[in-house]
Amino acid sequence: MAAVTEAPPPLAPPAPEKKPPRRRGRWMPYLLLLPGLLWLIVFFALPMVYQASTSVQTGSLEEGYEVTWHFATYWDALSEYWPQFLRSVLYAGAATVLCLLLGYPLAYLIAFRAGRWKHLIMILVIAPFFTSFLIRTLAWKTILADGGPVVGALNALHVLDVTSWLGMTSGDRVLATPLAVVCGLTYNFLPFMILPLYTSLERIDGRLHEAAGDLYARPFTTFRKVTFPLSMPGVVSGTLLTFIPAAGDYVNADLLGSTDTRMIGNVIQSQFLRILDYPTAAALSFILMFAILIMVTLYIRRSGTEDLV
Amino acid sequence: MEQYEPDRLSPAQVAAMRRSFRNGRAALSRRSLLRASAGGALAAGGLGALSACGIPPAAQTSGVSSEDHSAKEKTVSFSNWTEYMDVDDSEERHPTLDEFRRRTGITVKYTEDINDNVEFFGKIKPQLAAGQPTGRDLICVTDWLAARLIRFGWVQKLDPSHLPTAYARLSQQFRSPDWDPGRAYSYPWTGISTVIAYNRKALDGVEVTSVSDMLDNPRLKGRVGFLSEMRDSVGMTLLDMGKDPGRFTDDDFDAAIARLQKAVDKGQIRRFTGNDYTSDLTKGDLAACLAWAGDVVQLKADSPDVDFLIPDSGYLTSTDNLLVPNKARHKTNAERLIDYYYEPRPAAQLAAYINYVCPVDGVKDELAKIDPDAANNPLILPDKAMAAKSRAFRSLSAKEETAYEEKFAKLTGA
Repeated sequence: MAAVTEAPPPLAPPAPEKKPPRRRGRWMPYLLLLPGLLWLIVFFALPMVYQASTSVQTGSLEEGYEVTWHFATYWDALSEYWPQFLRSVLYAGAATVLCLLLGYPLAYLIAFRAGRWKHLIMILVIAPFFTSFLIRTLAWKTILADGGPVVGALNALHVLDVTSWLGMTSGDRVLATPLAVVCGLTYNFLPFMILPLYTSLERIDGRLHEAAGDLYARPFTTFRKVTFPLSMPGVVSGTLLTFIPAAGDYVNADLLGSTDTRMIGNVIQSQFLRILDYPTAAALSFILMFAILIMVTLYIRRSGTEDLV
Repeated sequence: MEQYEPDRLSPAQVAAMRRSFRNGRAALSRRSLLRASAGGALAAGGLGALSACGIPPAAQTSGVSSEDHSAKEKTVSFSNWTEYMDVDDSEERHPTLDEFRRRTGITVKYTEDINDNVEFFGKIKPQLAAGQPTGRDLICVTDWLAARLIRFGWVQKLDPSHLPTAYARLSQQFRSPDWDPGRAYSYPWTGISTVIAYNRKALDGVEVTSVSDMLDNPRLKGRVGFLSEMRDSVGMTLLDMGKDPGRFTDDDFDAAIARLQKAVDKGQIRRFTGNDYTSDLTKGDLAACLAWAGDVVQLKADSPDVDFLIPDSGYLTSTDNLLVPNKARHKTNAERLIDYYYEPRPAAQLAAYINYVCPVDGVKDELAKIDPDAANNPLILPDKAMAAKSRAFRSLSAKEETAYEEKFAKLTGA
């Protein structure tokens, strides 16, 4: 839509319209939107209202819960679990940066250099999605096993000494450390980064590169001044699609992490299912949602793009 | 040279699009739509709805039982854990269930839809709290959840006259748990022993005989696993500290948590695991961990380095229990199914397949016919010495449960 409103300027102003569209047409857009709207209401709006209500209730499962507008739950939850919030943002941020660093070259390769291998590489990017999230994460436990070749190599290269000094690993293992969790997040969300990057890179007209070359731009300058700015929509949506689910993820922290890597998703899960403190769990969910909403809004404002891919 | 202009549209096209998005009352833009739906949601959901949706008390007092259709409908629907039932070689049929149908004419609708106690509780809670049928006649849950369901009045009292075999053959150690004295509501499906498992190769000569060794030996730093089930981890630690998990105080609990916390802080405990400890143990990432005996029997068969030990201080036994939820349509059929599984033959067939503790007395001969090793395995049929070391975790009040789970969650990082 935004692309249309920002259409090239040299257009003549639209001709004066003759007649309003027929009456029947007036409702068409809404009718077409109806299934989607219903879906949103039933599976998004109603649960939201329910959760909002739960978050200001007090009571226990035994005695029932009543709405008492107990907003202190929010403050208590935040002051109790801010370390996990902070950790979620840090891990998800690190995973997003890693995804961008790994995904951009690959998306670039697929878009411009892969030639007839394009489709094969695309399939390889998407293929892991044919197995379940859980299985993919469990596979990393084998890959990063203490006695495995990966950890052996990292040890021999003294990489683990560096990460250990940074507090990302402890001792000579990777599993059950923050590094393993960040690796797991990066791996699991990498395709969400690559696909939008690819779509926006793929739309760039190859002649622009030629033009840049004609104007004596070095390849790096071409990338900096032409390719990268034009791929910004992909970068923005890719980072959002990676960061948002990664911040709420709890599977990676649970399976690949340890006690000091628990993220906010783990806290919400244990509050909901084990401790049965529904108000705190609901409040935590809302805090997470608002935190992400604020971060995303600031980010989109700053990156100055409204169309995402 | 042509100017670069991606996707150039003709003026007419643009005008048409503008009309459709911007014009008159049919105008529909993303912003206005968002605004409209947000406003609508707020108005509709609104504050009124917010305060209207409280959650009623869980306990049920009236309308518990329901009409029993067992005589007319020869069926019973049974929800169980995954891989908790014998299967034949084709992996499609369950021989013991087939035999039950042959004998009684009752078809069992068998569903493996329980993966986790807390999740299953979340799944059946809405119906049971509202006094609605769950569509299940028989469910299988771990004792602490069974205790909670009984406390809430969400399950039905069993009719002893339908359970003569079960009454006669239930093992002494499971006869009277403090949460269901005399087994008025529940019968055990299996017993689950929590023991210490280790990987001989990964231990590399380090001797482990107790929970203390796991918590204190610096040579095991970062290679010790505990279970994410609060009762298992705290219970085994309590035993190691010389306390009885069947009779402990708040202070004892706090002391056990503090002891575990110390081990967490110095990096001794690698992880608190669910079932996934099995792969960590066989790979040797965990040298020693708390484990469920049924898993260990399987692991031992697959990898020779894995073995188990029973600490001198004792071990924990819990049970998975069969219960008939409120509003079940086929209560009598469910009771007959329970009774059937207390006959030596089906009990032996089941035990030989799932390798958990068999709660039925007098199955040794039958089990020896199927699998002599299993019949002599104390993890499946505990001998006297083994049974004497077994302890059960006491039942907790709702308040205690919340407080303890919260303390344990802090320990495990969330």
